[in-house]
Amino acid sequence: MTNTLKDRFKTEEYFVNMGPQHPAAHGVLRLILTIDGEIIKNVEPDLGYIHRSIEKMCERDSYQQIVHLTDRMDYLSSNINNEAVCLAVENGLELEVSDRVKVIRTIIDELTRLASHCLWWGVMGMDLGALTTYFYAFRDREMINDIFEETCGARLTMNYNVPGGLMFDIHPNFVKRTKDFIAHFKTKIPEYDRLLTGNIIFENRTKGVGILTREDAIAYGVSGPVARGSGFSSDVRKHQPYSAYDRVDFKEILFTEGDTYARYKVRIAEMWESMSIIEQLIDNIPEGDIQAPTKAVIKLPKGEFYQRVETARGELGVYINSTGTKNPYRVKFRSPGFSNLSVLNHISKGGKIADLVAIMASFDFVIPDIDR
Amino acid sequence: MSHQELQDKLTEFDLGLEFSEEPSQYLTLNVSKENLHFLMKKLKSDIDLSFDYAFCITGMDWGETLGVIYHLESTVHRHNLVVKVQTEDRENPTLDSVHDIWATAEFHELEVYDFFGIKFNNHPKLRRLFLTPEWSGYPLRKDYVDTANMIIK
Repeated sequence: MTNTLKDRFKTEEYFVNMGPQHPAAHGVLRLILTIDGEIIKNVEPDLGYIHRSIEKMCERDSYQQIVHLTDRMDYLSSNINNEAVCLAVENGLELEVSDRVKVIRTIIDELTRLASHCLWWGVMGMDLGALTTYFYAFRDREMINDIFEETCGARLTMNYNVPGGLMFDIHPNFVKRTKDFIAHFKTKIPEYDRLLTGNIIFENRTKGVGILTREDAIAYGVSGPVARGSGFSSDVRKHQPYSAYDRVDFKEILFTEGDTYARYKVRIAEMWESMSIIEQLIDNIPEGDIQAPTKAVIKLPKGEFYQRVETARGELGVYINSTGTKNPYRVKFRSPGFSNLSVLNHISKGGKIADLVAIMASFDFVIPDIDR
Repeated sequence: MSHQELQDKLTEFDLGLEFSEEPSQYLTLNVSKENLHFLMKKLKSDIDLSFDYAFCITGMDWGETLGVIYHLESTVHRHNLVVKVQTEDRENPTLDSVHDIWATAEFHELEVYDFFGIKFNNHPKLRRLFLTPEWSGYPLRKDYVDTANMIIK
């Protein structure tokens, strides 16, 4: 008879609900954890706590109305979501928007990405116990939100794009304030690095944690900074450029380690790239119309239209199936969060619960984007 | 590969594939549900095609038929393909799962099952993902009626 320590102190697997109300999920996401002691054996996501069936609502709405609903998916990339629907509709109508619209859309996209990554950096630190980052990040993000507020009246759910262009022209202060922000933020990212990036506790919590290989990233349909942290080149802005991304020079950030720290580094580096894109465009915003003429009732021709854009979280796909009426027959949003969530179980198995929190922070989930 | 080259290559498989005539940015084809799994396996493993990235899987209700649309991309060759499969059985629609080919399909098929009621053979654990287990009906079907929660115009 064996009487080892392990036999005398047997452990048993048990279930723990993480969420739907859990601070590290930043929303209502329920994860059913199967754990043995503190080791994770299985993670089963249970969704729907903020499901509004946006896809079904789109089937009864006109094309202009659909744009409003997309704000409420990934509310931190609201302008990019709006743009995706507008691009799909413009593609269906074979409508060419002016250069001015393209450039303004691109600048605001990148400001949105900066605001989103900035918030992510703050809450990533907070999730790992460094509350200071949260205040630093929100201080700087506030400046972007102020620019948005002055431009279109909204700070978060912007709804600034309409099929055919923009709702109104940029504010006279826009260029100056954006430049001021870039100059300010350039001094702040090194501060972020000093505060968190080289922090030994932070490094120990993130390096080698939640490793995702390139093969798995592709198989699981992962996109965005998560994929690029694993060396999977998935940037839609590079591969299928839209708006003004074909006329700016920027690098696609790739890291090959695939761990939580690599995903962190990707986003920090992407913030520099976003600022570089804005700097290339901000001084020469071309003159032109801000709206191409569209009919009051938009009817897309019969057919299927698909538009891919790069949000702050990854690839957003908008699939519109039209039968030629004023409402779409079917709309599908391929949200980056949903596909990224599918890999969570795979990479967090065998780790500790605290590691799962670090992994989720590096995935930057926005729950309404997953649930739609 | 260009659309024409892709089409020629896929015709060689001799699976009775129907290519869509409708204008679209992607080459679109219809496959019978019997040939679905075989075709998908070939699409991924064939070295000239290597569709390794299934970026969008959409459930669909065409009225008469139910089905799934797969948007595929090759990260090696950077070409795209759209595959459609349909089933006429609305009472008990069943298709083959492709989760063994693309791991992401496991999650996307749960969504399709939840909203369209399409069952997937060989799926590891088919369950309601968004809705509660006791929910009756499949909301994204065109004939779904819910007088309490839906505004019919």
